[in-house]
Amino acid sequence: MAEMTLRVNGSVRELDVDPRTSLLDLLRERLGLTGTKKGCDHGQCGACTVLLDGRRANACLALAVACDGSEVTTVEGLGGAADGDEPHPLQTAFVERDAFQCGYCTPGQLCSAAGMLAERGPSAVTADLTDDPPLTPEEIRERMSGNLCRCGAYVNIVAAIQEAAR
Amino acid sequence: MNRVEGRDKVTGRARYAFEYPAEDVAYVHPVQAAVTRGRILSVDATDALATPGVLAVLSCAEPPALGSREDAELALFQSDQVAYRGQLVAAVVARAPETAREAAEHGVRIGYDAEPHDVLLRADHPGLYTPEKVNPGMPAETRRGDVEAGFAEAAVTVDATYTTPTLHNNPMEPHATMAVWEENGDLTLYDSTQGAADDRDTIAEVLGLPPERVRVVAPHVGGGFGSKGTTRPNAILAALAARAAGRPVKLALTRQQMYDLTGYRTPTIQRVRLGADAEGRLTAISHEAVEQSSTLMEFAEQTAAPTRVMYAAPNRRTTHRLVRLDVPTPSWMRAPGECPGMFALESAMDELAVAAGIDPIELRIRNEPDVDPENDLPFSSRNLVACLREGARRFGWEGRDPRPGIRLDGRWLIGTGVAASTYPSRRMASTADATVEDGDFVIRIAAADIGTGARTVLTRIAAETLGTAPERVRVEVGDSALPRASLAGGSMGTASWGSAVVRACEALLKNGERGTADTTEDVEGDTGFSRHAFGAQFAEVRVDLDTGEVRVPRLLGVFAAGRILEPKLARSQFVGGMTMGMGMALMEQTIVDERDGGFLNHDLAQYHVAACADVQDIDAVWIEEEDPHLNPMGAKGVGEIGIVGTAAAVANAVHHATGRRVRDLPITPPKLVG
Repeated sequence: MAEMTLRVNGSVRELDVDPRTSLLDLLRERLGLTGTKKGCDHGQCGACTVLLDGRRANACLALAVACDGSEVTTVEGLGGAADGDEPHPLQTAFVERDAFQCGYCTPGQLCSAAGMLAERGPSAVTADLTDDPPLTPEEIRERMSGNLCRCGAYVNIVAAIQEAAR
Repeated sequence: MNRVEGRDKVTGRARYAFEYPAEDVAYVHPVQAAVTRGRILSVDATDALATPGVLAVLSCAEPPALGSREDAELALFQSDQVAYRGQLVAAVVARAPETAREAAEHGVRIGYDAEPHDVLLRADHPGLYTPEKVNPGMPAETRRGDVEAGFAEAAVTVDATYTTPTLHNNPMEPHATMAVWEENGDLTLYDSTQGAADDRDTIAEVLGLPPERVRVVAPHVGGGFGSKGTTRPNAILAALAARAAGRPVKLALTRQQMYDLTGYRTPTIQRVRLGADAEGRLTAISHEAVEQSSTLMEFAEQTAAPTRVMYAAPNRRTTHRLVRLDVPTPSWMRAPGECPGMFALESAMDELAVAAGIDPIELRIRNEPDVDPENDLPFSSRNLVACLREGARRFGWEGRDPRPGIRLDGRWLIGTGVAASTYPSRRMASTADATVEDGDFVIRIAAADIGTGARTVLTRIAAETLGTAPERVRVEVGDSALPRASLAGGSMGTASWGSAVVRACEALLKNGERGTADTTEDVEGDTGFSRHAFGAQFAEVRVDLDTGEVRVPRLLGVFAAGRILEPKLARSQFVGGMTMGMGMALMEQTIVDERDGGFLNHDLAQYHVAACADVQDIDAVWIEEEDPHLNPMGAKGVGEIGIVGTAAAVANAVHHATGRRVRDLPITPPKLVG
């Protein structure tokens, strides 16, 4: 077992963890933060996306002990309030635009979108590589392609992200 | 109306099966068969049992007592025979998930006597036979008139074979269960299921318990697409492991395990023959489907069934033949039958349109039947022609040059295609309960919301029946302790549950306190009509000249599905089905490793489903359709028709763009270059 400190949604947690434990399993099985989902455990689906020190990351691909001293934001803390009662504009837009069906990929989509909106620089579909491109639907689609949605809500996810980014 | 559980889903508060808290919970990890066919000679779990934290090992060395072995996929550890690679052969229960997994992977040695296996479907397989029935109880063969005479008199014919690969449902939430044995011997399962009541009954039967001693809780389910419609081994394994460990046990199948243990769509080989006169009127239709099942159980998909209702022709035949291979048992995947069957039929109709020199929309309109062409029943409503015409108008079909391979934009070849959709409109008996509590209305029904919006649409149905605002209605679903209801499957949910909710609300209005309903008699009266939804799908594709990459800038679906009860959610269902259909057209396939008998690409990096960047403009609209012969709401199901016909529309557009007719899905780049 290894001792570590993690700041999760604003709260400091002192933890003793099995070095085999992923950040995802730590959040879900130890800290009771089940909003972050496990879809593949291999970094292939994006359902476990959280903000790790402000950047989006697959929690299933991070060993918890390697995150010692880090700050993690999960879907429960996305709106800023610990109880989730202050929705982030993305959360409101996802509900209004029906940007999900079963809801299982949704926390990952939301954290991924929040991280994506804070990113700078070109993507694979940006024509001019020297500038920050405008947030076109094409840019959103490219940048959100690490988050799979089997229900097929992509059309509404892109619309919701556009709306929240305004 | 927004989803009533929407806020819970975007804040992470909605709990799925694996996420319920329990004291002193343990974890179980499966061990899967490492051979494809053979016998287990020995099970050595010494190392696993010596691992600190391991609580129990389950295997056929000590077969657990079961009440029923009838469902061989659920009769865990009862036999030493291996029927397919990846079958459950043992499991390790431990205090920590990491321990369970490590001990399962390294601490259990199983000795096998392996036998030669046979895992590949072929149209000339000597084991092919005609099943008695196909899912869900339809005849395997139908015949009318003289098909050969119909082809002989035809001016134009098409005779082509189409194949679809093994496909996996891949819901985002893995199949998961938490099993809790209460002190009095009752069993509670938090299970990812499409039907809490049926799941409860099956689990009780397998475990040899009276149904009233088992409860299944599943308020939120992370997708299923058919794979959670029947009880899966995870539920039985969790219950057995919890009994062995003497504490609650959780199990979530890994993505890789899901490929072997949660069902899949059978690969199909379909020969379609069409004959038509010079004006394109069909003289004969023949649709012969070849599919597989396992050696354990028969599952026969109704692949040729849609051909029985689509087009008029005096001479017709549909057949299904099956071969039993050393593979897992196939099962339901979104629109079983209609989805792969309509890829073949609607591709063949496009080939006929090209061969006859007739516009593909006009060809379909010319073959529109007056009554159900196989049983002569009147259609309760049928608006395929209206869908085709409305779609043509919206999509800009008029003036389309039918010549293939002549439109070039830079390095992209451009084409458009159309295909029809259909799906049966059935319902099943359900019960519901409506009460007034603290001034609000509460509806209780063991329905399932797997992402379809069931909770929301039932709220709306209840509010309309009661003449109140949706905010005054609370609908409780997803628990076998609620009034019994049918499962979420076959696009029957809204029709089945909605009928019960309407009747319960009507009863409540009469007596003012409480209303109950059982629709068994209503549903028995659903005879005398052929009931189906119809639609038309339009696709525009761009095909890269050099790489064969296919992009789909536009997909439009126009549907006639009775009264659309909740437009925002219905559109999501249609568009979601079309999105999955586009994936089926272009990328989805599970590859079977002939040598070792397993599924080779069993994860989401290698089994490609449509991602955000694959989807551009997908839209769905519908036409107003009044149908008094369905149910109190006048609604047809919308969960599956969206995936029916999409793949054919895309394939037909690819032919229009390139001149290449791809009859073997998916349409990957190698099939379009060289």
